[in-house]
Amino acid sequence: MDDSIYREQIIDLYEHPLNYGQLETADWSYEEDNPLCGDVIRIDVKLDDQNRVAEVAWSGDGCAISQAAASLLTEEIKGMALEDVRNFDKDELLELIGVKLSMARVKCALLSLKVLKAGAYGMPDPDAMRHAADDQSH
Amino acid sequence: MLDVNKIRADFPILQEEAYPGIPLVYLDSAASSQKPLPVIEVMNQYYRRINANVHRGIHRLSEEATNAYEGARERITRFINAADSAEVIYVRNATEAFNLVAYSWGRANLRPGDEILITAMEHHANIVPWQIMAEQTGAVLRHLPFLPNGTLDLDPLPQLLTEKTKLFSFTAVSNVFGTVNPVRQLVDAAHQVGALAMVDAAQAVPHMPVDVQAWNCDFLAFSGHKMCGPTGIGILYGKRHILEAMPPFMGGGDMIRRVTLEGSTWADLPHKFEAGTPSIAEGIGLGTAVDYLTNLGMANVHAYEQYITNYALEALSEIDGLHILGPSAAQRGGVAAFTILGLHPHDIAELLDKDGIAIRAGHHCAMPLHHLCGVNSSARASFYIHTTTEEVDQLVTSLNRAKKIFRL
Repeated sequence: MDDSIYREQIIDLYEHPLNYGQLETADWSYEEDNPLCGDVIRIDVKLDDQNRVAEVAWSGDGCAISQAAASLLTEEIKGMALEDVRNFDKDELLELIGVKLSMARVKCALLSLKVLKAGAYGMPDPDAMRHAADDQSH
Repeated sequence: MLDVNKIRADFPILQEEAYPGIPLVYLDSAASSQKPLPVIEVMNQYYRRINANVHRGIHRLSEEATNAYEGARERITRFINAADSAEVIYVRNATEAFNLVAYSWGRANLRPGDEILITAMEHHANIVPWQIMAEQTGAVLRHLPFLPNGTLDLDPLPQLLTEKTKLFSFTAVSNVFGTVNPVRQLVDAAHQVGALAMVDAAQAVPHMPVDVQAWNCDFLAFSGHKMCGPTGIGILYGKRHILEAMPPFMGGGDMIRRVTLEGSTWADLPHKFEAGTPSIAEGIGLGTAVDYLTNLGMANVHAYEQYITNYALEALSEIDGLHILGPSAAQRGGVAAFTILGLHPHDIAELLDKDGIAIRAGHHCAMPLHHLCGVNSSARASFYIHTTTEEVDQLVTSLNRAKKIFRL
């Protein structure tokens, strides 16, 4: 049996996920499902006054790959600027997971990123907000 | 009893390895069956020797292609004991059969307030077309629930099946639980209130003798690719007088009697519902699949599947933390869907695949069923005429290894 995709770290994260839960006050919460299996992932994010990720939590259930990816992703974006969250590249996440995945399982791995980005893009652009505020004050 | 080793030799893919040095254990026939050599060969020969369009040409090739294609329809007709081959419509798959009935019969006959009854254990193919048609016509879609053991709950049937019900559409065999439903009883119940009865036989026709006249159903749908046949071909059976009263589903060539720029008249059955150049090689291939199964004998096929399913259910039930969805072996066809505490179905399927074992993981196109069971998904092993007890043993060994990797 070639079990290389289930390296120790993946199983560890499956047993003891990082940042698991929901935030009481979040700037955004977003959830989405994987149509292949019906699994759901939700991500809550709270930004600081610099528009950086202050707190992040994820919840839902799924396979070891999607769960480990959610832990790794949420760990990685702590302190990250909203703009960088929006531009987070899928290859970066695949690299964090660090195992070679089949096409079907890549979808499992990227579910959390899809949820994160959909939420991040749903947030008003901070620059636009500032401009709007400036316009109103004039 | 079937000679499984002899049968295995008929399936070229079973001689292949899943990975170098690891033989293939194919336990996903409920999703799509493998094809025996005669089916592959007859399609090959069609393209090599008699390829031409059907029902059109005067030339020899077209005539031979037409004879082969229509000859297959005759054998399929006998296989399900339809009264007449005019009642046997070639479609792409069972899904298209449901859509044909929904769009043709449904659009012509459903009025606001009419009801369609399905069950909570249906495949999406027997849910979504009715949702679309209910939306378009103002009809109401209701469902018959199932019991915790995966059999239908017949108690609320009198409340759900009323004079408002125009159609009761249900599966003969659940693709997740494996439950074999009491088809004739349900058909009779529908007829008592004046409703039509449609049967999803996608998991029945490949596995047991099916007699549409004994069931007395008004419509029946199945796919070729789950019964040793190719993809892209399936059958809608319908009672002649009902099909004759229905408007066409799709318009085009082959389904007309006369076309003028002002209007058209329709061809006779079955061609009225077969617009355009059909899947000719696939129809011929399905005819040969029917010959193959007929030679084995469907009663023998069913008996063997009962034997292997029984064996599998007993072997699986010895695994700690494994929960089997659905009823006891006596009431089920050759599928075993299960969950393992602490092990996600995708991870199970991935780890089994590394051992060369192909199973299905996910919701198997039955999301409502899974949600009612309180899970998002399950793993499903399905068995067919070539499944051996050794393969089931390998499944169990591999599942135990998967548990170990997950520290369970």
